[in-house]
Amino acid sequence: MSSVRSAPPSKPRARPRPRRLSAGDRLFLAVIVGIPVIALLVFVWLPALASIGLSFTSWDGISLSDIHWIGLDNYQEIFTNYPPFWPAVQHNVVWLLFTALLPTPFGIFLAYQLDRKIRFTRIYQTAIFLPMVLSLAVVGFIWEIIYNPDNGLLNGILNGVAPGHHIDWLGDPNLNLWAVLVASAWRHTGYIMILYLAGLKGFDPALKEAASLDGANERQTFLRVVFPALKPVNIIILVVTVMESLRAFDIVYVLGGGVGSKPGMELLSLLITDNIIGESSHIGYGSALAVVLLVVSLLAIGTFLVQTFRKEDQ
Amino acid sequence: MTATATPPAAGSRTRRTAPQGAGPSRPKSQAGRHVLLGGIALLWLVPLLWAIYTSLRPYSDTSKHGYLSWPHSLSLENFSDAWSQSGMPHFFWNSVLITVPAVLGTLLFSAAVAFFVSRFDFRWNIVLLMLFTAGNLLPAQVLITPLYRLYLLIPLPGWMSDSFLLYNSVWGIIFIHIAYQCGFCTFVLSNYMRTIPKEITEAALVDGAPVWRQFFQIVLPLCRPAFAALATLESIWIYNDFFWSLALIETGDKRPITSALANLQGQYFTNPNLIAAGALLTAIPTLLVYFALQRQFISGLTIGSGKG
Repeated sequence: MSSVRSAPPSKPRARPRPRRLSAGDRLFLAVIVGIPVIALLVFVWLPALASIGLSFTSWDGISLSDIHWIGLDNYQEIFTNYPPFWPAVQHNVVWLLFTALLPTPFGIFLAYQLDRKIRFTRIYQTAIFLPMVLSLAVVGFIWEIIYNPDNGLLNGILNGVAPGHHIDWLGDPNLNLWAVLVASAWRHTGYIMILYLAGLKGFDPALKEAASLDGANERQTFLRVVFPALKPVNIIILVVTVMESLRAFDIVYVLGGGVGSKPGMELLSLLITDNIIGESSHIGYGSALAVVLLVVSLLAIGTFLVQTFRKEDQ
Repeated sequence: MTATATPPAAGSRTRRTAPQGAGPSRPKSQAGRHVLLGGIALLWLVPLLWAIYTSLRPYSDTSKHGYLSWPHSLSLENFSDAWSQSGMPHFFWNSVLITVPAVLGTLLFSAAVAFFVSRFDFRWNIVLLMLFTAGNLLPAQVLITPLYRLYLLIPLPGWMSDSFLLYNSVWGIIFIHIAYQCGFCTFVLSNYMRTIPKEITEAALVDGAPVWRQFFQIVLPLCRPAFAALATLESIWIYNDFFWSLALIETGDKRPITSALANLQGQYFTNPNLIAAGALLTAIPTLLVYFALQRQFISGLTIGSGKG
């Protein structure tokens, strides 16, 4: 066992390790790992692959014998002749940029401020994380009574300051996306804050102290020492931000009145739901949209996986 | 800054920080920080406080004087009405039936996979870990159609589901939550388990302890802080989910609380005060979980990373 101790911990494969697993051990591992692996393959990966297959078909979703192979027609239709598609792509991009540029850095900033032993830290932390704890139905409802054009809080305040303003926050196609983004930022900030705070708690304080002994100010310490050292957390936050932006669904669905995509609020996830669960049931078409979303997601997932696992794969 | 230092770091550096460090200017900068953080925290609470205020007022009051007015009376009546008129206790119970097994199952299975990929050097470990992690990142809409068909094909015995299918049964919802959420938990737990020194389990191995004992008696107890954090997050996510139950449960009375709220909204859409009360009631369980596990959530994260 002495060889194990001297081996560098980052290279598990370099170390010749005696296998001492008995038949019982192997059976135990096979069972406890086998069940979740089968569940994952059957309930997650099989449907994902089946969706790709369905995207090349035309199907009303009722009888399996009605599935017709139509090749790339769905994709051609989507890219050239489906009015809400490009607005949806554009909105997803806006969503991503907004989330990446405002709530994400703000959450990191808050985490950095909270990571000192000051009083009331937990109260601040709880208040800002609270929206994450609430269900989407609750969040949707709360913003509904804020944005309501007739008796909402926002128009009430605006009327007090400048009477005569009557803004339909969620109905105006030029405004509603931004209104929803504010609500989404309200939740996202707390999420990022908690993730980053977790990273900071594990940060070696000696590094920070060394930096300040060397004469670095707070900003320099954060940008040159803390931020680079927290690369694993940064990657997680990047992935969370990208994935949440691509997957954005619930909050838009609820604030859009629960009827799928509304003008100004089209998103890929909503278009998929419109086509798959909506009355018309264009399964092949919806699946093709889903595959577009899947491909974009896989690009993000792939980058993340390569970043995360590269060092272990050597 | 210096105050946060852990004992070894503080011991090795008895000298306080340089002049521009946090030391001398601490009280002043702390006051500024309190104003800043307090202001932001308050701003973050405004929407919630507004919902509470709305829910405490009778509908007659707000319809006469408007929502942005001083209250003429405050009561908890909306809460008791929402509770009794929407069948909320029943839907709460549905949510419990889904959330508790799903969270426990997710934690147990993801711990097993994480244990496997982080403590044993099998060739396919990284592929396995990638498969789980990537699975959790797939958008739910990508899975839903085939999953729905699959659920219609898988039979269940009558005592598990009165539809005799995975479709329209609580089990189906539990299974998809476990399969889907395992990815995230496996990723977090495998990182966490990697920080547990191999020597601990190797010593047990030399002593002849079987793998299941290492798993249940050594590794799992050491992961308690990570479990607390994950249990909090998973309870919140699973309790709050409404996409899966919307798509995979047909009968309204089997659905969890989130969809019950949608019913309430459809039924009483003219009375936002009552719906506000109902919405706040549904938030109570996740709030309780968060407050109950918060101390462990925070301290757990600290202890866990301290080992790294």
